[in-house]
Amino acid sequence: MLMTDPKLKLEICYLLSGSMAIVSFALLYQSRMAATINTFAVHALLLGLVVALQADIQAEHNLYLTAAIAVLFKAIAIPLALHFIIRKFDLHRTIEMVVSPGLTMTAGLGLVVVAVMVMRPVTVHSDALVTADLIFAMVVLLLGILMMITRRNAITQVVGFMSLENGLILAMAGVHGMPLVVEISVALTVLVACIVFGMFFFRIRERFSSLDIRHLESDGRVSQ
Amino acid sequence: MAIISESLVQLLQVLLVIGIAPGLTGLIRWVKARLQRRRGPPLLQAYYDLARLSRKEVVMAEHASWLFRSVPYLAFTSVWTAAALVPTFSTSLLFGPAADLIALVALLGSARFVLALGSLDIGTSFGGMGASREMMIASLAEPAMLMVVFTVSIFAGTTFLPAAAEVVRNHHAIIHVSMLLIVITMVIVALAENARIPVDNPATHLELTMVHEAMVLEYSGWYLALIEATASIKLVLYLSLFSCLFLPWGMASANSTAVEVLAGIGIWIGKLGLGGILLAVFETCIAKMRLFRLTDLIGGGFLLGLLSVILMYVFGNI
Amino acid sequence: MSLLADLGAIQPIHFALIIPAVAAGILVLIPGYRLGSQINIVSSFLTLLNALAIFHTRPEPNYYLFVDDFNIYLVVLTDFISFTTSAFSASYLAHEKETGRLTRGYARFYHAMFQCMILSMNLALLSNSLGLMWVAVEAATMTTVIMVGIYRTEAAIRASWKYFMLTSLAISLALFGITLIYFTASVTIGSGPAALAWTVLRDNANLLDPAVLNVAFVFAFVGFGTKVGLVPCHAWLPDAHSEGPTPISAVLSGLLLNVGLYALLRFKMIIVGNGLALEPGPLMVGVGLVSLLFGSLMLYRRWDIKRLFSYSSIEHMGLITFAFGMGGPLANLAGLLHMVMHSLTKSAIFFVVGHVAQVKGTQDMAKIRGLTTSHPVIGWLLVVGVISICGLPPSGLFMSEFLLITTTFSREPILAVILVLGLLIALGNLIPRLHALAFGVPEGNLEPLKTAIWPLVLHLGLVLGAGLYLPEPLFAWFQHVAAMLG
Repeated sequence: MLMTDPKLKLEICYLLSGSMAIVSFALLYQSRMAATINTFAVHALLLGLVVALQADIQAEHNLYLTAAIAVLFKAIAIPLALHFIIRKFDLHRTIEMVVSPGLTMTAGLGLVVVAVMVMRPVTVHSDALVTADLIFAMVVLLLGILMMITRRNAITQVVGFMSLENGLILAMAGVHGMPLVVEISVALTVLVACIVFGMFFFRIRERFSSLDIRHLESDGRVSQ
Repeated sequence: MAIISESLVQLLQVLLVIGIAPGLTGLIRWVKARLQRRRGPPLLQAYYDLARLSRKEVVMAEHASWLFRSVPYLAFTSVWTAAALVPTFSTSLLFGPAADLIALVALLGSARFVLALGSLDIGTSFGGMGASREMMIASLAEPAMLMVVFTVSIFAGTTFLPAAAEVVRNHHAIIHVSMLLIVITMVIVALAENARIPVDNPATHLELTMVHEAMVLEYSGWYLALIEATASIKLVLYLSLFSCLFLPWGMASANSTAVEVLAGIGIWIGKLGLGGILLAVFETCIAKMRLFRLTDLIGGGFLLGLLSVILMYVFGNI
Repeated sequence: MSLLADLGAIQPIHFALIIPAVAAGILVLIPGYRLGSQINIVSSFLTLLNALAIFHTRPEPNYYLFVDDFNIYLVVLTDFISFTTSAFSASYLAHEKETGRLTRGYARFYHAMFQCMILSMNLALLSNSLGLMWVAVEAATMTTVIMVGIYRTEAAIRASWKYFMLTSLAISLALFGITLIYFTASVTIGSGPAALAWTVLRDNANLLDPAVLNVAFVFAFVGFGTKVGLVPCHAWLPDAHSEGPTPISAVLSGLLLNVGLYALLRFKMIIVGNGLALEPGPLMVGVGLVSLLFGSLMLYRRWDIKRLFSYSSIEHMGLITFAFGMGGPLANLAGLLHMVMHSLTKSAIFFVVGHVAQVKGTQDMAKIRGLTTSHPVIGWLLVVGVISICGLPPSGLFMSEFLLITTTFSREPILAVILVLGLLIALGNLIPRLHALAFGVPEGNLEPLKTAIWPLVLHLGLVLGAGLYLPEPLFAWFQHVAAMLG
């Protein structure tokens, strides 16, 4: 690669994974749906960069494939699909949240402390980069869960889930030599692609209140 | 010899800070006007304004007390002192040992405090409204500023500003995650403290949208000149602080020659100009926020600052 | 990919995966539902025969797939119940097509997804690599999510969405646990596929870092525990079981919960190998008891018949978790027996319930009365099924519950009291319901229904037979597995 100084590569890797955690916070703060999807695209792009850098540091070439999947699908294809769904079904543009963004971000800060406290004894014998990687991965994971919990809208819940997956892939890329990383990340991407496709196909509107009557297959069922 | 060079540098800084400040304000107004496709006032208009105001007669309310009359002097002195302490083009100043980050925050806080008191002194409703809004913003912006101070101090191991600048310069600190976070926090705090868009519109004439202007609505003549000068120096101070903490290259140090000091002055003026232009562009691109959304913005800045302190504490040795 | 290179020659164990995959591929192309359901049945039968073949001739374990005593019985059980469910679904689908609830295109989709589900469950049970097991559980979740929402009503889509969200979240947490286990194994054992293989991890468990194992087990417990339906992560279960087609409810209750529990137990076996790590027993006992009591109490005012039995699934899964948490040879044996008996009985009940709902056209229990008078075969089979699931003799469930209660009483009497309390509450809730459903004056549609009864009879027969007499070699074999579980 162009940069040959190993310490510089480590510092940039650390900076990028930290930036992923910051963008997770930014995801919690957004109040418009289009901005959320674009912020998520940045999140996936950062993931691609981190994984590519880890591939270079660890000399694991199949991580390049994971990075390419992250950039192509999660940074480009899925955000485009979600923008298309929003426009086509004319969904609400503002995001309804369960609690205010300030309270959510404070809870997110608490989760950062939890992540640090849980991962400290786990990584006490490891080198600095793996420690940073695992702690930031857990932060992104917990913030993704927080985002899923504090959102009422189906699309923003899916974005929260995808940001959680990014944290998982960050963790998997950080531990050296994990086999099946490419297969697992493909499985995760296929899962999300199926759900996005299903949302389009099944026409899930927010809060399921305006489902098209033509598509109700029968009316004999009693629902609870 | 060192004492003489240090005191010369200090004197130069004290004079330059008050001399450059109206020019910076004028530059920002000119750039904003040009971006809005107006001709705009000439660059030196701020100097002409200050001269005009100092010639005018002071009109005061009947119930104004000694506090109202002394507030402009107190605020101006605090901010001028703070601006004189921040290393702008050289890190070796005569009063350098007093340049403690927390002391700076305290000086700025006391300036804001006396301004608020002065606005409450007259008893008009606009004064009270401005003071309460300013204090609401300050209650969030000051902790955020302190988070910035803590992060830098943990990284540099000291709150002494010239030493912190040296450490940042030597360690390529800018690519550290916490420094990235506090750059964002510092930008938000600077916008809030200097009453810039998106927090407050400095050019507004509608009283209900004012925050800072509402506090100083009653001042006129020489007092108003002092207060406008205070605002300009505060902007210079924040830009210098930003460049000292995050872009410390180009500053002269203890054993520099006169040529290097002059080069330092030139670089500093360049940084101020660049900062002013960027601020003007940013203000033109973005809209002023509703007052009650400011808590989200500045609170978000505070939380980012707190996050950076936590991360610096955990990862400080990377 | 490295996976294919390591697999080597094709062995019988691979047919457990190849047969469903090929069948799924064929079924996507078959338009008619009748031919599709017949191919479904044939393929499931072949998979079952293959499972019995593996039972006799164990292949060599490698890092990706392996067979030991614990998973082979689950594989045979899974393939058996899939076979009987495919037979049931053939007649069920015939009726659905007549009423128009399921269109032609969806029938082929449904059959292909059914085979994909069998494939992923077999892979989850047979895999040695934790990563591969995770991918298989994820695939099983996905296929069932699609099938739960297949009716495309608002309630079905809502149930399918909730199911997807909760279980995917849980599975992601489980993946983090797996990553952490790999992390500590790669540091102590060496990186590469060996560090992710369960056999290697179990053998070297005391070399792993206990702090990391604790965190990893908690993540895996929360993740796979949600798939098992343990309280408090059970919220997806009642909706998913009640809104999907009945064959899917049968498979979910009978098979997928078992797969989740299997994954949990594999993690438990790793962590008990390390003396310094936390004891998983008390955690499993506590969560199991809470699930048991919760499930029993929630049986009280249900009015949808499928939801009633899905809460019963939560209750039984809590009981099994409690049994494995207690540990020791007798409790483990009880847990294993209960897993088998519960799968057979619950799927049989769902078969009956499916036919009942089809005949009466509703799932509302207030509208179903007097089944033994109007439809005697189905009605009496329902009576036998519910009596079995309540744990009354001579059902096989009585045997495993009795074993569990006696061994718990001799070790922790208070827990035994709570256990019996939960079981009695469930009994008290289910029997009056059964009485209302099965006896009395018939209501609603009284036409007869053409159904395939033999899967029902087979399941219930096996359960009752096992309750009366369990062959000696089978019993000894279960005891051997119980000893393995530790």
